Amino acid sequence: MGLNVMNKVMSNKLYIAFYIAPAFILLMVLIFIPLLLSGYYGLMDWDGIGEKTFIGLDNYIEGIQDKLFWNSALHSFLLALFSALSLIIYLAVSIILASKIKGADLLRKIYLIPMLLSSVAIAQLWVKVYNPSNGILNSFLRTIGVENPPSWLADPSLVLFAIFVPILWQYAGFYILIYYAALKNIPESLIEAARIDGATPFQIAMRIKLPLIKEIVSVTIVLAIVGSLKYFDLIYVMTAGGPNGASEVMASYMYKLAFSSYNFGYGSAIGFLLLIITLIVTLIIRKVTETKEKLEY
Amino acid sequence: MKRVGYFFLYLALIVVALFQILPLIWLFLFSLKSNQEIFAGSPFSLPSEFRWENYQKVWDGGIGTYFFNSVWITIAAIVFTVLFASMAAFALTRMKWKLSGLVLGLFMVGLMIPIHSALIPLYSMFLSVDMIDNPWSIVITYTAYNLPITLMILLGFYYTLPHEVEEAAIIDGCSIHRMFFRIILPMTTPIMATTVVINMIYNWNEFVFVNTFISSEKYKTLTVGIQNFIGQYMTDWGAIGATLIISVLPIIIAFIFFSNKVVEGISSSAVKG
Repeated sequence: MGLNVMNKVMSNKLYIAFYIAPAFILLMVLIFIPLLLSGYYGLMDWDGIGEKTFIGLDNYIEGIQDKLFWNSALHSFLLALFSALSLIIYLAVSIILASKIKGADLLRKIYLIPMLLSSVAIAQLWVKVYNPSNGILNSFLRTIGVENPPSWLADPSLVLFAIFVPILWQYAGFYILIYYAALKNIPESLIEAARIDGATPFQIAMRIKLPLIKEIVSVTIVLAIVGSLKYFDLIYVMTAGGPNGASEVMASYMYKLAFSSYNFGYGSAIGFLLLIITLIVTLIIRKVTETKEKLEY
Repeated sequence: MKRVGYFFLYLALIVVALFQILPLIWLFLFSLKSNQEIFAGSPFSLPSEFRWENYQKVWDGGIGTYFFNSVWITIAAIVFTVLFASMAAFALTRMKWKLSGLVLGLFMVGLMIPIHSALIPLYSMFLSVDMIDNPWSIVITYTAYNLPITLMILLGFYYTLPHEVEEAAIIDGCSIHRMFFRIILPMTTPIMATTVVINMIYNWNEFVFVNTFISSEKYKTLTVGIQNFIGQYMTDWGAIGATLIISVLPIIIAFIFFSNKVVEGISSSAVKG
């Protein structure tokens, strides 16, 4: 009798609608509908205010042939590559951190601090770090005897690397935190057994620890690469894509098209391409890093 | 031998810690110096006198408005996000309906989309309902975009809540709303706290929505406001440093008090990948 009442209440359509509707409506109206609209606006010639003129796939064809777009995509992919490679450093640090280090908890919290700050604040801080005459980087270089240290953010050949360093700084703590948690989950007995069998710490790391956290490593690869394809704030504030497009990325290019040149139709098409590229890349990495069988321990 | 090995391991960890923390210490130090001292002295020397007037100057210069906007927008969006996500988690885990799997799937997809792809349509939608340059456009956008991750963090906890509680409540004649708001919601306080902390960090630091939807100074939040602000003080490093420190201080303070919640929230937000 009681369970009946319970089932009745818990499958009452009105109640269900009441609880799911606010979140679901917001999800649809502010996330999914705009995504679809972006694809649709991409078919229009539109300045954002006046009439929309339907021009078919012209914007998308233009996008695919647009050198500036592919230039920005190249930079996005380079940042994605750097980010993926930097995972190796984070992994190495985490393995050290998780190997019975005193103060590991405090250290990983210190590592995390930059991750909590806004990209705008980080960008402004690093603009100062890179300041050619008074930044700490060049002050340091001068004290160790470098005569003419470069102006990092104004040099097209250096700017992308210069931007990558604060990205590394920002996300280090995040990845270390994730790896550390995964490594701490490995049963001590497995490592102890390997040690008794005479395995060196390096062998233990490569042959036991890494395979056991493979799944989380593959998640972080997706996060690092897809996250990089979406970078915007930091770059927009530090260089606005400059000098001369040398640090332009996909999102900043799209943003410029829409909100500086008021080319809403073309900007939407680029935004939609960004979505498609992100989804394809996510699927490919998932496929490549897929773990065949779940490791049990 | 073993001791030497450990020494180098510690050394490596401390070098990483210094890399993470030194730029911030440098920032704090130059926020208390005059330009003359910053440019002539050594970067990590203590200020000859602590120039707190740098902080006074930028606060009086109008950063207070941005600060206040960041505070209320962050709080309003947190309240809506956590409430709506909790209700959705309740509907998705405790109630029986056919489409629940599909709806959950849509929230999962919502985790992965790049916000820039939705930016232009969002802008034109807000324009058409006359909500551009209205802070509520920011509040509801933050709410919507933080719902998926908040829901994911909550779900795990909701799955573990014992069913007996609800049964007992319903059989005692308690209405479903009373049961949710008076019994279930209070039981999820620990996990709600985690989502509050995560939402606080996201909202406080968000830039692109405010930069796109808001044009009046009086509605700008800190992330966008400090941009103009820093432009004004182009060459006054002390003022710029003070501005940046003020903008990051609430998050740092929250971290000092709730570091375990932050760690927990960030770890669970990662598994979304």
